Amino acid sequence: MSSQEAWIREPLVLGDKSYHDISNDIARPIEGKANRQWWIAFTIALIAMLWGVGCILYTVGVGIGTWGLNKTVGWAWDITNFVWWVGIGHAGTLISAVLLLFRQKWRMAINRSAEAMTIFAVICAALFPGIHMGRIWMAYWVLPLPNQYGSLWVNFNSPLLWDVFAISTYFSVSLVFWYIGLIPDFATIRDRAAKAAKPISHTVYAIMSFGWSGNARAWHRFEEISLVLAGLATPLVLSVHTIVSMDFATSVIPGWHTTIFPPYFVAGAIFSGFAMVQTLMLVMRKVVSLEEYITINHVELMNKVIMLTGSIVGVAYITELFMSWYSGVEYEQYAFINRATGPYWWAYAAMMTCNVVSPQVFWSKKLRRNITFTFFLSIIVNIGMWFERFVIIVTSLHRDYLPSSWVMFYPTWVDIGIFVGTLGIFFTLFLLYARTFPVLPIAEVKSILKSTGSQYKK
Amino acid sequence: MSKTKKYWTGLDQLHNTPEFQERAENEFAPEATAEHLLESDNLDEGSTKRRDFLKFLGFSVGAATLAACETPVVKSIPYLNKPEEITPGVPNYYASTFFDGTDYASILVKTREGRPIKIVGNKKSKLTSGAVNARINSSVLGLYDSARAAGPMKGGEATDWATVDAEVGAALANLGEAGGSIVILTGTIISPSTKKAVAEFAAKYGEGVKHVTYDALSASGALEANEACFGVKALPSYDFAAADVVVSFGADFIAGFPNGAANAVGYGKMRSPKGGKMSRHFQFESNMSLAGSNADVRVAIKPSERAAAVISLYNKVAFATGGNALGGETTEYDATILKATNELVAAKGKSIVICNSNDAGVQTVVNAINNLLGNYGSTLNMANPLYIKGGVDSEMDQLVADMKGGKVGALLIHGVNPSYSYGNAADFNAGLAKVGLTVSFADRLDETAAGVTYLAPDSHYLESWNDSEAQAGSFSLTQPTIQPLFDTRQFQETLLKWAGNDSDYYSYIKTNWADVHKSSPDAGLLFNDFFNTALFNGVFESGTVGETPAFVGDVAAAASTIKKVATGDFELELYVKAGTGDGSQANNPWLQELPDPISRVTWDNYITMSPKQMKEMDFSRLERGDFMANVVELKLNGVTITAPVYPSPGQKYGTVGLAVGYGRTASGKCGDEVGVNAYPLSSGSFLVGAVSSIEMVFDEDGDPLVYEIAQTQSHHTLMGRGSILKETTLEEYKQNPKAGNPDLLLYVSSAGGSGHGDDHGDSHGEEGHGDGHGNEGAAKEEHASPFLPASEVNLWADHAIATGHRWGMTVDLNTCIGCGACVTACGSENNVPVVGKQEVRRGRDMHWLRIDRYYSSEMTDEKAEEEGIGTIDKFTLMETAAETPQVAYQPVMCQHCNHAPCETVCPVAATTHSNEGLNMMTYNRCIGTRYCANNCPYKVRRFNWFQYYNGSQDFSKNPANDELGRMVLNPDVVVRSRGVMEKCSFCVQGIQAAKLKAKKAGRKVDNEEVQTACAEACPTNAIVFGDLNDTESWVAEIAKDERSYHLLEEVGVQPNVLYMTKVRNVEENEA
Repeated sequence: MSSQEAWIREPLVLGDKSYHDISNDIARPIEGKANRQWWIAFTIALIAMLWGVGCILYTVGVGIGTWGLNKTVGWAWDITNFVWWVGIGHAGTLISAVLLLFRQKWRMAINRSAEAMTIFAVICAALFPGIHMGRIWMAYWVLPLPNQYGSLWVNFNSPLLWDVFAISTYFSVSLVFWYIGLIPDFATIRDRAAKAAKPISHTVYAIMSFGWSGNARAWHRFEEISLVLAGLATPLVLSVHTIVSMDFATSVIPGWHTTIFPPYFVAGAIFSGFAMVQTLMLVMRKVVSLEEYITINHVELMNKVIMLTGSIVGVAYITELFMSWYSGVEYEQYAFINRATGPYWWAYAAMMTCNVVSPQVFWSKKLRRNITFTFFLSIIVNIGMWFERFVIIVTSLHRDYLPSSWVMFYPTWVDIGIFVGTLGIFFTLFLLYARTFPVLPIAEVKSILKSTGSQYKK
Repeated sequence: MSKTKKYWTGLDQLHNTPEFQERAENEFAPEATAEHLLESDNLDEGSTKRRDFLKFLGFSVGAATLAACETPVVKSIPYLNKPEEITPGVPNYYASTFFDGTDYASILVKTREGRPIKIVGNKKSKLTSGAVNARINSSVLGLYDSARAAGPMKGGEATDWATVDAEVGAALANLGEAGGSIVILTGTIISPSTKKAVAEFAAKYGEGVKHVTYDALSASGALEANEACFGVKALPSYDFAAADVVVSFGADFIAGFPNGAANAVGYGKMRSPKGGKMSRHFQFESNMSLAGSNADVRVAIKPSERAAAVISLYNKVAFATGGNALGGETTEYDATILKATNELVAAKGKSIVICNSNDAGVQTVVNAINNLLGNYGSTLNMANPLYIKGGVDSEMDQLVADMKGGKVGALLIHGVNPSYSYGNAADFNAGLAKVGLTVSFADRLDETAAGVTYLAPDSHYLESWNDSEAQAGSFSLTQPTIQPLFDTRQFQETLLKWAGNDSDYYSYIKTNWADVHKSSPDAGLLFNDFFNTALFNGVFESGTVGETPAFVGDVAAAASTIKKVATGDFELELYVKAGTGDGSQANNPWLQELPDPISRVTWDNYITMSPKQMKEMDFSRLERGDFMANVVELKLNGVTITAPVYPSPGQKYGTVGLAVGYGRTASGKCGDEVGVNAYPLSSGSFLVGAVSSIEMVFDEDGDPLVYEIAQTQSHHTLMGRGSILKETTLEEYKQNPKAGNPDLLLYVSSAGGSGHGDDHGDSHGEEGHGDGHGNEGAAKEEHASPFLPASEVNLWADHAIATGHRWGMTVDLNTCIGCGACVTACGSENNVPVVGKQEVRRGRDMHWLRIDRYYSSEMTDEKAEEEGIGTIDKFTLMETAAETPQVAYQPVMCQHCNHAPCETVCPVAATTHSNEGLNMMTYNRCIGTRYCANNCPYKVRRFNWFQYYNGSQDFSKNPANDELGRMVLNPDVVVRSRGVMEKCSFCVQGIQAAKLKAKKAGRKVDNEEVQTACAEACPTNAIVFGDLNDTESWVAEIAKDERSYHLLEEVGVQPNVLYMTKVRNVEENEA
């Protein structure tokens, strides 16, 4: 591994891999049989998913009244989950687009799965604006569809409408970007699956690889489109959560009406997204034996991002507190006092501990490079970020302007069931993905392998 | 040359067969009939060919299929001949009268296509001035109550009227001949014709017939006192509009009191500070009552101290006016009593002293005080007294004793339910079993009717004829507005029938009114004209003023007869809720879901207790996250009641309260098993004295038993947010009419210009108000000052609001007494669903209009600053109401913001702004994201969480879920489906109707023509609705008042509803 250049940087791929080793390592889960752990995990995820689908059907069949909402708190777990999932979806685009533009080669080990995670998280997220509608069967009305009612049109003033466009754009671009990257790898798998021995695999991957030939022109186009899509996706990293935050920021409710929300939400989204990537990658590298590709170095780099974004989030929390005091508006001030000391103080405390305090331990290099601790902390951050959205949504609503309307919110089993269900959907999709898609970009990883003289010197 | 061509029509003609000739002659051949076919001989032998078989098969299958498909029948049958007075789509109003033993009102019944759907007050009545309360305007739903008896019954089995008439008639005849005792037990009867019918019945069955009057909410003490003092067994009618000072000892004279709604009208008139003058109200009571919550000075006293307080007041008044003092009673409240005395004496002849005691001695002393103050003849009218209470407790007690002694041969019960409401119901029931012939005229198989042999159901009052004389000389008529829905017969008609008089009751009334006619000033008119005019108006007030009888009461003797109220650790006083009343309308879901004005609890009664004492006893005080009340066992005179205990700030320490009217067991699906029955504790008096114990109840595991209370408001203090409910005192108001209501000035970075649409408009400024600021001056210096009035700071382009109509509303916080009449009126007009206790508990009540009730807290911003209490502690302490709080009511409905935050956030534009200032809700377009409700600063939007009618869940208590109950729905307002948002529409259907009417008549919409249901129902005119652009309208005039302000003006939503600062008539040390 010794090299004359940049020796202070740790190598991105360990273990003296050859090109063929990489293909073998990454294609192994697809070509082999699933092990016992996979089946156990998949069964649990599937049950959770079915349970969630049942809860969703129950909600649609009976009414939103099956949730714990009331006349004062019109959104709670539904939009909390929505924002949480959208936030998680952020890491994918950031890793694939922004890090691509910044030529951060270490992204290669994680971008594929991070993008997959994005897609699945956005699917889970997009579920909520749909099912939280009282009349979901009229959901298509949020689309500006020509109709026979003349001037009947959507309301472009509404941030919810912006959400519709933002989420759908984000989902489309992420999906296309992800898929484009998959094409050469699908072709690799296609080529590895001999037509005679594995006709089904061969045919399916042949179709999915769009007849990739691997010639220079194809590679050229591939590189170009990746750059173009990265350029398109980069603003989306900022726009999606900015627009989601505007659901709150443009309202008049104290605790929502805050101009700091767009950057605060984006930072929070990256924070939670990276945490979720950590959670998934740490499991995956173990289960699929990819420790030599997703190295401790990657873990540390991601921990640095988590620490940075966690700190930004912390600053945002404190800025909010400062602004509420500085505004001199009694409602604003009370909204924050109530967050910290009101009936939901425990949610606020959970948020502060998980999101602000806990990432600071990553100043310690030892902890940053500790796999077990990182895994534990990534879970903590995810919990904290869920509470952040809960705190913003519920504690702002439950005590707003007129004290006569102040109430408490308690979730029902359906609220919880749907949330668990989306976790089920997410993991079901991810587990299926891990068995059928190359979880690392084969072609791209090969591009960062040092295959020059040093290997032959041995 | 030519050869005639021969054309023939067929071979028959060519051959000219005989058959052809026959047919040619017979032009109209007989049709082949079925008979013809059947007659043919070879039918049996004729074989069905394959093709025929298929035809038959096809026809049969087709016919059977068609027959099986039921064509939907739309049961909307047009009138063949349109009745002259009914135009589909146009409501008719009929004048009528409501009386239930406590509430009396002259009313108008709104009918649509022959269905009564709403009740509003009849302003033509001088006695009630168009006042209705929640019980009165909800009574229309009682008509469509499916628990009503469908016809006469015998022993619980359905029978017919002929059987009942024959059997009861025979039994009565036997008893009459034998001189047996026949007792007619009724509530107070104010109808002259009914009285006459009772007399006719009595005449028929001889000496043994006795009429006993029984009131569940007894005013026996007052009646006896008035009889002793004036020789008149009636109540005075009160003129609160002439009373500068009101001193009430426990009397909730605007809610549970006889004629409370009408009292509220007069009371409201004196509560407006316009002109610097408003009445002063002292209240001495143990429970927090509606009247007490409106009082300027409220003193919490124990029930056992009430008599002493009354005597103390008497002594002080007597001392000041030169009367004879009684024995030297002193109380710890003498300072306040002295203050009240001074004010009473200063307002001699213009004051009222009123008491709810059922002790004749106490009432005599109260009468004497009023007499010393010269109130009789001015504020208290004994010359034309009220007849709406007539029951004397001792008569009822005697009857029960007679029944138990087997001395009663027949008992006919009308309008009362003693098995439920009589204190010692067990005794009554035991007696009832010993009576030979028992008949109930109840409208359903209620608790009492369950124990009688015959149920001869009375018709609902909206199906009946009747007359009444609630006050001497004030007559009113009740007319049917619909055919009886069931096989019921009016009580009076039944009674007349049994008396051998077959005339219908309508003719009977008319005959009786001939006497009224003769003695009336209108005697010159033809009788029919006179009667029809009275019927049209609903009222006939002769205007004859009687002579005020002289006061002949012996105060000293009376005072010595005052019964001591037993004292103890706890003293219980029962009370009447503004919604449920005496419990006769317990099956009315509108009333059950109407939040109690004080506690804001629905669907329950509960033991009210001082929060301080609850803390000492370690009971849950339902603070913050608590929503479970502790259950306690209350023992009194051998009666045990198990009920939840609920904190009631203002409750006297050491006392508890409990509402009657709950715990029905045979009222119907809405009233049964709701709360506990408090009547067994009462023994004829609402002051029930010492409770022997109150103990927490535990479950099997030893944990305290808890109970879910459904309240529509779970936070009770203003949290120092004075700008929401602005208050001042009369003194300050007199000096500066804008006291407490300074202009809200916002700091903007570059002031000047109009401020409209400027970029700087949204800057969240500091609130520039402060009492020191010269507000008007600041407004004038607008160009120089960086402060702008909040209404001018603007982010949006304005709607064109200066032209056309601009509907608006004003709500006077001073005259709002919190009674809730508007809430039920709104529900009735707008088909607001009833969601039931569980949903209310989840915070999902659907009322479009709510009356927020705030208690003052002992912690204030000033106090925190003085005592150096930190902000967090301050807010925590502010959450707790004061032990003796000031109370304020604030009705909140959709504020119809001109810059409505709900409108901007709806993704599908389902809620939009009208060019008349209305915030409109398009249910059809709504997809139910609830974003609008979240973004509403007033939280007035209501979401249909479930399908409240015809849905899969159990909302059987919602009238819309009942074939019969559905008839009460207003056809002008759509019933909303699940998943859509709804809210106050300013009764847009009424606005539209008025506009159409005006357009057809080619004129402008009249000022008073458009009324929302709430404004119409408000007895004190606290809610006024109208066109703000019409300079002559009342609402526009009020909007200009110095007291008016917009709720949450600083949010910048520019509402079309204005509130008026609450002015308390308190001195500095009282505030």
